[in-house]
Amino acid sequence: MTLLTIKGMRVEFPSRRGHVTAVQDLTLDVAPGEILGVVGESGAGKSTIGNAIIGLLEPPGEMTAGEITLQGDRIDTLDEVKMRAVRGARIGMIFQDPLTSLDPLQTVETQLIDTIRENLGVSEREGNERAVALLDAVGIPDPAIRIKQYPHQFSGGMRQRVVIALALCGEPDLIIADEPTTALDVSVQAQILDLMKGLCRDRNVGMILITHDMGVIAETADRVAVMYRGRVVETGTTEQIINHPTHEYTQSLISAVPPPGRRLARFPLVTYIEDAQERPEGLNLETHWLGQSRDYGAASDILLEIENLHMRFVTRGSIFPSKRLFLDAVKDVSLSIKSGEVFGLVGESGSGKSTIARMITGIYKPTSGSIRFAGQEITGLTRKDAAPLRRQMQMIFQDPFSSLNSRMRVKDIIAEPIHFHGLASSNAEAQKIVNDLLDVVGLGAQAAVKFPHEFSGGQRQRISIARALATRPRFLVCDEPTSALDVSIQAQVLNLLKDLQSELDLTMMFISHDLPVIRQMCDRVGVMRHGQLLEVSETESLFTNPQHEYTKHLLDLMPKFTGFGAQAAE
Amino acid sequence: MIDAPLPRAPRTRIGRFFDSDIWYSFIRSPLVILSAVVSIAFFAAALFAPWVAPHNPFDLASIDLLDSSLPPVWLEDGDTRFLLGTDDQGRDILSTIIYGARISLFVSLAAVFFSMVLGITLGLVSGYVGGRTDAIIMRIADVQLAFPAILIAMLIDGVVRGLLPRDLHGDIAIYVLIFAIGISGWVQYARTVRGSTLVEKNKEYVQAARVIGIGPVIILWRHILPNVTGPVLVIATIHLAIAIITEATLSFLGVGVPPTTPSMGTLIQVGQDYLFSGEWWITIFPGIALAVLVLAINLFGDWLRDALNPKLR
Repeated sequence: MTLLTIKGMRVEFPSRRGHVTAVQDLTLDVAPGEILGVVGESGAGKSTIGNAIIGLLEPPGEMTAGEITLQGDRIDTLDEVKMRAVRGARIGMIFQDPLTSLDPLQTVETQLIDTIRENLGVSEREGNERAVALLDAVGIPDPAIRIKQYPHQFSGGMRQRVVIALALCGEPDLIIADEPTTALDVSVQAQILDLMKGLCRDRNVGMILITHDMGVIAETADRVAVMYRGRVVETGTTEQIINHPTHEYTQSLISAVPPPGRRLARFPLVTYIEDAQERPEGLNLETHWLGQSRDYGAASDILLEIENLHMRFVTRGSIFPSKRLFLDAVKDVSLSIKSGEVFGLVGESGSGKSTIARMITGIYKPTSGSIRFAGQEITGLTRKDAAPLRRQMQMIFQDPFSSLNSRMRVKDIIAEPIHFHGLASSNAEAQKIVNDLLDVVGLGAQAAVKFPHEFSGGQRQRISIARALATRPRFLVCDEPTSALDVSIQAQVLNLLKDLQSELDLTMMFISHDLPVIRQMCDRVGVMRHGQLLEVSETESLFTNPQHEYTKHLLDLMPKFTGFGAQAAE
Repeated sequence: MIDAPLPRAPRTRIGRFFDSDIWYSFIRSPLVILSAVVSIAFFAAALFAPWVAPHNPFDLASIDLLDSSLPPVWLEDGDTRFLLGTDDQGRDILSTIIYGARISLFVSLAAVFFSMVLGITLGLVSGYVGGRTDAIIMRIADVQLAFPAILIAMLIDGVVRGLLPRDLHGDIAIYVLIFAIGISGWVQYARTVRGSTLVEKNKEYVQAARVIGIGPVIILWRHILPNVTGPVLVIATIHLAIAIITEATLSFLGVGVPPTTPSMGTLIQVGQDYLFSGEWWITIFPGIALAVLVLAINLFGDWLRDALNPKLR
């Protein structure tokens, strides 16, 4: 017997400018103990399904057609009071961000016991016993002691375990997990997925796992539904979807996932995505203004050299030196980057990768150590003296939504560095360069007069790249340039960066937490943890023969996703 | 995911404005439209006073003592020439209100502008530079907040009065008043702008500008300032209402504009002597005008604050 059945569901969001249909013709079912993965890119309507099932659609959204049945009972027609009895007791929910889904002012104990008693109506003592048992079941050590603590005393992964325990409190038959591991580091992600898998099997609980990450699906789900623009385009067993996808969208989605095992020359072009654009033919970068970046004098072999770099932040200031607290974000790091190579920095959040990038580009002043660019020491230079060097190195940022000034037109954003460094003799010339740059990054010159909010995340990232190229740099720092993007968009942006790197002979520092992406992009890789550089080696030897224990650990945790793409490319 | 193709956003500036959520929210709240109309009527009347006002109350040739102390037109003895009656010297009350609003609004707008420039500048510097500069500016702000604004304005007015010779004072009284009201209001702007600047300066577009090599002054002016002006606009609207009240209060107390110049405050002050002798209209009508103006601006400001705040929409 099926646990949950959705038939012909349609969810609409009425707005001033007509109705937006978030989900249509959706038919799904989940069996007890089964994990159904719902995969799709942002805006595909994945989360809307979860919210519609538990009756918590964000207003003004409403379900306009279809029915939802849970164990034979229709639940989409229940009123708010009856629906509350369904939530918690029969359907549990796990949200993406463990930082915000727990009440910071109450102990874990209070939150668990209240939920248990509300749903099961047991005595205080039994509630307590059950709460401790649940924490034990989700793998929290010393549950009897830790249960007295507040959420901030738990790490991110531990907090997500508490959230899972909370979802299990009412002994639900179905759990909806909405991007449960997206906010977590890789090492923690693997543990949480294992835990959820085990719990579903042991307790015979069905689960709807909503995610954008094919790797998560491959490791966890029994069956998969692929969503595209509010519709399910394909459903099948995980094995079938990953190895033999039939729908064109699923095929491009899977081939866009960077394979961890090999290095591709390019990602196969993802044709099903609408804002996919390749650069128009006929623009030869070698002879163009952009390509004329070789006026830097003799290129030395080593472009960037960092020695004993150290960065210390004050986390608590005080007029008494003994009372100040410090955080050493980068400790004694030395590395060098050769001309023309792509150097990768990999590590989990808080490992100091971005801090290094910001010291190189002059956003932070290092506490001690030296940074030499093309043989010239750049720490301690005044802003004026550093300007010619700043022109030669540019940076691409992680968040496409905050890296562009929303009050400026695209043409002004890209023209700003050109004017600042006096790279164009007239306004008209600057405008011509801006238009060419927009062509180069695949947006087209008509994008110039628009404002950033008129573009999607991937398109904004292209604008960022165009701005970075506008100074004709020879060194480009990319700080997680694709981690905020959907996987198909990521493939396009990575292709673009690869092309530009080889055509403009750029030297690149590529920062990412994503090992498969690093493998696709980099010639050499440095592994960082807690502000220290643990290991530097050629990309291939790092992946095949890691030296440091931590690197081995990271590689073990890397999602082993080899699907349709691997075969298609062979 | 979208059923019918949505109409494309208009390209022109005006078109975009009429298409915006702000305009949509404005056109659907009658109270806000009313308050906007009232405010604009006051501003227009003040700006075009010489053409709008039925009489020029300061043209001695047109004043006739025989017309003095006439009640409003709907009362017995009322005169159709003087809609709201006349004062003891035969000046038309409606005209004095219009001319008074002219002075009041000029003083308040100038004071708000002065506050804004001072507060935004200090707020930007404070937020962006941080450290000791920030601490000093913000402590000054804290100290000033410990005094009521009206007290500070009176203090400044008193100091200037003491320093300058008497005959000079009359000429520059208005500018002293503007300075006094302006100085007493900058803290709000500085605090708000500092807060927004702290948020904006860590955003990546500011870092991108620094990577290009752009200096702090241009970053503040071109990148941060346009992104922190939203809340400033709201504060300015509500501050305008406060400034009008402050001006009226100071003038009423005799430390604002000279009693010979008509402003909302002086009109009410002059008129109150006649309250008990029966000529209540001399002071009540300017009082009502002041209350209506301030209420209208406040309502408009409240709406603007809600409309610009996406969380309340």
